[in-house]
Amino acid sequence: MTTEVTGTPDETHLEAQFADTIGRKDRIEPRDWMPEKYRKTLVRQVAQHAHSEIIGMQPEGNWISRAPSLRRKAILLAKVQDEAGHGLYLYSAAETLGATRDELTEKLIAGKQKYSSIFNYPTLSYTDVGTIGWLVDGAAICNQVPLCRTSFGPYGRAMIRICKEESFHQRQGYELLMTMMRGTDEQRASVQESVNRFWWPSLMMFGPPDDDSPNTEQSMEWGIKTHTNDELRQKFVDMSVPQAEALGVTFPDEGLKWNEERGHYDFSTPDWDEFWAVVKGNGPCNDQRVNHRKRAWDEGAWVREAALAFAENSAADSAPTDSPEASSAAAPTNTTAEEAAK
Amino acid sequence: MTAHDTNEPSINIDHDEAGANIEHGESENAYSGLLVNDASWAFGTDFEDPLAGVDTTVPEGVDSRELGVYCQMLGDDALIFSQRISEWCSNAPDLEEDIALANIALDLLGQSRLLLARTAAADPSLVPQLPEGSPVPDEDRLAFFREDLQFRNVRLAEVPNGDFAEAVAKILMYSTWRLAIFERLQSSRDSVLSAIAVKGVKEMSYHRDFAGRWVLTLARGTEESKARLLSALDGLWPLWDELFETHPIEASVAAAGIGVDPAEVADEAGVILDQVFAAAGIDRPERGALAGVRGQKGRDGLHTEALSKMLADMQVVARQYPEGQW
Repeated sequence: MTTEVTGTPDETHLEAQFADTIGRKDRIEPRDWMPEKYRKTLVRQVAQHAHSEIIGMQPEGNWISRAPSLRRKAILLAKVQDEAGHGLYLYSAAETLGATRDELTEKLIAGKQKYSSIFNYPTLSYTDVGTIGWLVDGAAICNQVPLCRTSFGPYGRAMIRICKEESFHQRQGYELLMTMMRGTDEQRASVQESVNRFWWPSLMMFGPPDDDSPNTEQSMEWGIKTHTNDELRQKFVDMSVPQAEALGVTFPDEGLKWNEERGHYDFSTPDWDEFWAVVKGNGPCNDQRVNHRKRAWDEGAWVREAALAFAENSAADSAPTDSPEASSAAAPTNTTAEEAAK
Repeated sequence: MTAHDTNEPSINIDHDEAGANIEHGESENAYSGLLVNDASWAFGTDFEDPLAGVDTTVPEGVDSRELGVYCQMLGDDALIFSQRISEWCSNAPDLEEDIALANIALDLLGQSRLLLARTAAADPSLVPQLPEGSPVPDEDRLAFFREDLQFRNVRLAEVPNGDFAEAVAKILMYSTWRLAIFERLQSSRDSVLSAIAVKGVKEMSYHRDFAGRWVLTLARGTEESKARLLSALDGLWPLWDELFETHPIEASVAAAGIGVDPAEVADEAGVILDQVFAAAGIDRPERGALAGVRGQKGRDGLHTEALSKMLADMQVVARQYPEGQW
């Protein structure tokens, strides 16, 4: 375990080694020495990311029961299930830094750790499932692809797998919207209405403007973050405009136009007041999302206790029929949708 | 992957031609590389007719309407139970259980799609009519455009969810019953039903195993978990007998060698359940069977109050867009 003490000769040497590893763009692994602040920053970021996956199950999960075709129901359920899987990988990455899943979940439901603010917006139509796939997962991918090269090994490796699945989700979302655009006038109107609602919140997913983002500089120095918020936001806008044209929808921004000189699209300033209101807990669904997670966690407490007690009882009994079941019953499966298909 | 070799009928619903039939025709489309085949397309999400390439000829000497209705019974069981289990999504005690319950719901959903597609192929007159030109496929017409009185699922599949103990008890009862039926159905003279059963047996062995392990865990975990399990089993037990009652259609298709008479598997299923109960150290509940109305039950289209509410929710978007493309 690392200590807070700095400045001793030993510490200076370790810090130099750490800086050297980062400088070579090598990975820091769980057993390596790391500055305590680096560890804390990572736990915060990985936990926030894991929480986002788990809270992110809710807005789309809201439409599983009402999906309008059996095929779409299967796609949606498998997608939301994948998000639970992503949460699992990320909590595991956080565990290598000494933070347990239980402890992080407790912090989430106590409001002490955050998750991506986008999930504090409501899903008001089934169409939102497609829009979330296209824009929200698209923005998430822009944010996450650079994280595959992040300096902490377990996080980077989890991100490689997650990004692969996220890009798959993005395609499914875009494909749903494409299909709806070929449908009836009502369906096309629904796609435009949904895009209008999600465009600005998607741009806000990259975080506050660079001059208002206190953690960016240190995180970039440590190789935890590799691009600034504004760089990624611009990249996302540039990517999305041609996609919207191919789809046949517009974005709700009068200021959106190609800037020949910059080689990028110009766009208006997001409503940062709304952004901060949502971040600070006053978004349309903040309470709902956290309360849902808290209810599920609280209602499951007796089951988790029973699994522990069963494992302990079985170990104590050491009856031959008990022992093999003890561990597997506590965690019967963690097969993902993709694995189930094999 | 299909469950069996080339000389048997095969149904491929795992890896699919995802997006293969998407036509957008704009070569400059920024997403042109996006909508192509991909082996990692999620489970059960195929774009094509689930029975594409499968010979759906009704075997000789079989009444095609009876075959269609029989497949509808089995398909409705799977669909309605899947819908209930999917309500657990984001609500399970921990992430592992959330994922496992979603897997079970996805397996059952996949089974229901095949069975309802078989219904439509066997007897198109069973499929609800929609406005001329509606692109809604048969499986979705059957799922989203029938009223509760036209659903033929057993009532166990539709009863509202309780706590996690209720979920595992219900899955244990359903999968023990259905697995025994599907094991026999593998030798159905209808090659489609036989292939569906071969696939389903693998899936439901896992479901039964999952539920059985949890029943054991809860029974021998804490006082509270045992009490909750007993209460769940007690509440569900009146629905057990209905699973083994023979509807005239089931008797007829069983006689024709394409279906299974559920009464035949009652003893076997009871023995398996008793084994689980014995390992768990609990007793089989003692409660009488839930009566029907004028003798009519789930298979006759006579349901609990819960089904029409579930359908109102499940069908609302599909019915809002009867000519929609999904």
